[in-house]
Amino acid sequence: MAKPAIALRHTPTEGHNFANGVVSVSTAAPASRISLRATPLGANSFGKSLGLDLPKKPSGSAAKGGKFALWLGPDEWLIIDEKNQDISLVPKTASTQLSAVDISHRNAAYFISGNGAENTLNAACPRNLSLSEFPVGSATRTIFGKAEVVLYRTQNNTFRMEFWRSFTPYVWGLLLDAARDSNN
Amino acid sequence: MLLINCPYCEDDRPELEFANAGEAHIHRPKDMADMSDEAFEAMFFIRDNPKGVILERWRHAHGCGRFFNAVRHTVSDKFLKTYMAGEPRPSDDEITELMK
Repeated sequence: MAKPAIALRHTPTEGHNFANGVVSVSTAAPASRISLRATPLGANSFGKSLGLDLPKKPSGSAAKGGKFALWLGPDEWLIIDEKNQDISLVPKTASTQLSAVDISHRNAAYFISGNGAENTLNAACPRNLSLSEFPVGSATRTIFGKAEVVLYRTQNNTFRMEFWRSFTPYVWGLLLDAARDSNN
Repeated sequence: MLLINCPYCEDDRPELEFANAGEAHIHRPKDMADMSDEAFEAMFFIRDNPKGVILERWRHAHGCGRFFNAVRHTVSDKFLKTYMAGEPRPSDDEITELMK
């Protein structure tokens, strides 16, 4: 009998690390991710099965035990589970109230942290990321240069940036340039 | 940078996140097959190109992804008002008021 083939997955951001005096960029560990579109009813039931109340407010987020739900639109959420990397969060039973798609391997992510994190991101992101406008716990889909990204502020000066894995060379190159510049 | 107020995000967002989607409030009749060619052309292809106020559809493409409507002045490029898709067209009086 033929041996089962085992495909090893590699994160496209593997080994990407950068730090200077003001900002550090590091790779986020692989995670389970769901793109969720749902009616209010579907969102409530999915939230219950997840153990999270899905945020209803624009730019809101909810976090509990390594799981995050980020508001992307009135009926759209990005759900990330950092703890369980290989468990699909897609519901086992079909429903007309929601559409959940496993995008665990579609996205890659960086953490950008330090006093220069805002400046680094603002080199290519036009959003106002000051603490008053984009407080801790805010999440938004926006653009970084030409790449669409999702920004999530986890702490005062730490951001999680989610983007499509094929954008990695572009995002990493731009981020590196911006991080080097933020030192000046 | 121009800031556009997204009625779904309830906030001002940079214009780079948005995409224009043409004139708003185009009524598509149910009986399109019965229309004369001239009437169909006028409905389907012919658009206003005013120097002044225009009602447009916009999409918050790199944000919430929603379509919404906007009242924009084509000379100053100023957004006078944005409102959710499906809401009625602002009256002429309201537009005059917005321009003040």
